[in-house]
Amino acid sequence: MKPWIVPVLAAVALAALPAVLTPYTQDLVVKIAVFAVFALSLELLVGTTGLVSLGHAAFFGIGAYVTVMATGDRGAASALWLLPAAMAAAALYAAFVGALSLRTTGVYFIMVTLAFAQMAYFVFHDTKLGGGSDGIFLYSKPVIELGGTVLLDLDRKPHLYYAVLAALVFTYALLALIRRSRFGHALAGIRVNEQRMRAAGFRTYGYKLAAFVIAGALAGLAGFLLAVKDGAVNPELLSWHESGAVLLMIILGGIGSLRGAVIGAVAFTLLKELYQSEALLGTLASHWQLTLGLTIIAFVALLPKGLIGLKARLWGSAHG
Amino acid sequence: MAELQVHVAEPQAHAGEPLLRSNLLTRRFGGLTAVHNVSLAFEVGEVHAVIGTNGAGKSTLINMLSGEMPASSGSIHFDGHDITDWSQPRRALAGIGRSYQRTTIFPAFSVLENCRLCAQAALPRAWAVWQSAQRCEASLAVAREALASAGLADDAARVAGTLSHGGKRQLEIAMCLATRPRVLLLDEPLAGMGAEETERMLALLAALKRQHAVLLVEHDMDAVFRIAERITVMVNGEVIASDAPAAIRSNRQVQLAYLGEGH
Repeated sequence: MKPWIVPVLAAVALAALPAVLTPYTQDLVVKIAVFAVFALSLELLVGTTGLVSLGHAAFFGIGAYVTVMATGDRGAASALWLLPAAMAAAALYAAFVGALSLRTTGVYFIMVTLAFAQMAYFVFHDTKLGGGSDGIFLYSKPVIELGGTVLLDLDRKPHLYYAVLAALVFTYALLALIRRSRFGHALAGIRVNEQRMRAAGFRTYGYKLAAFVIAGALAGLAGFLLAVKDGAVNPELLSWHESGAVLLMIILGGIGSLRGAVIGAVAFTLLKELYQSEALLGTLASHWQLTLGLTIIAFVALLPKGLIGLKARLWGSAHG
Repeated sequence: MAELQVHVAEPQAHAGEPLLRSNLLTRRFGGLTAVHNVSLAFEVGEVHAVIGTNGAGKSTLINMLSGEMPASSGSIHFDGHDITDWSQPRRALAGIGRSYQRTTIFPAFSVLENCRLCAQAALPRAWAVWQSAQRCEASLAVAREALASAGLADDAARVAGTLSHGGKRQLEIAMCLATRPRVLLLDEPLAGMGAEETERMLALLAALKRQHAVLLVEHDMDAVFRIAERITVMVNGEVIASDAPAAIRSNRQVQLAYLGEGH
């Protein structure tokens, strides 16, 4: 079976879904797809390149804030420049953070990425720049107009749904291309043994920085989508909880594969939704962090390779 | 990403100048001098062995020549260039290849991919993400050639981690060859090898020295005296003798310091 069949079938199924979905579930699918883009962007760093970043939410949040702040109160902005602007801003901050943090390795890299994310968090949290700790609203959602005809209006649910789906397909396809390219193979080599790669003649710093900037730009894309979906942003988008959550998504799904990142985003978002549901769990819903945390510990203990490893387990070790 | 471009030094004619040369090379770690004023030359067609007890500074010397570790003082010259300040990747692209004492293959990749990846370092346009690495003919051709030279052509499709110890050491050399080096810095390529594997490796080294300058750090004295044209003996970071094998064998100072009375 060709490796692209399952992702393509999944995309087709997602495209057909709105016909049968309630507004609530459609909204949930959009939310999951946005987080899948976010998780995929981190997968490039953690799973492919072996760089564990604990500050990835900074680029997500910056993408979201730029979307809202650049729109301002002048009415709907064109997505044709707003989306590239949001991604470019995230990529720019990623270039800055990456240039400095990639001079360190291991636990120091984790700490430095966390520090730079906290810096960005407090800029939005403690200054009036982005409305302080309350955040700001996005009053007009982006559109694409051509000669007076509105081609895309992200205020309309179906448009948003297909735009988010297109972003997910784009991200998945781009990362799949990267992973099969020489660039992606070099990143994989750096993950396994960076010193050996340098001895072979690879300027590994440049490769890692390129991966960091691409991952930042894609996180910015996810941030753009979330800002448009929610119609508001707040500093919590940049918090280390968010960085930790996206890291948990790819751990939950299985590090080292694109499918794992998507499955992890689905599982994490659904679990969170379940544990936050008062209708289902009553007063326990207010302690969702506890139940979600315990569930994730159980998953990681039982499935060290993530949900993606479940198939191999069920099929027996011979197929593992 | 201009920095990913290849910087291959133009070969220059330097009559009488060896391909690689160190001049008063020194490395200090705090108060300890690991390598002190080492001046050696390495020429194509020659296996130049560096021997010495553990801690004599052999690996430190390789690390400085390959660019993995900066020198505290002294200089390194390669093909007419002063490369003392060059980074390791730049030296590798210019033609200085090294192998490691501890096997550093990529165990989960295929044997072919291990070499293809190394060959890819010198290719331009690494960012062309629409091109499949596994169909990159330029790097595949170099990788197959390197595997054939190292005697691993039949194992190309195997997962590298499943090779025997000797096979992994051969792959280590093949990966080095895949970068198309002119100098080979080999750190104990015979370590842990059986008699048969050792013979195969020595035959390989004998073939390689025809086109490469080879620095061989090795503990197997029989092998060293069989294959080397020149032997340098290091003790406590200093060169105490550097000569042809026969002269080294009869050198009184070397016998006392290293080879032992019985030799």
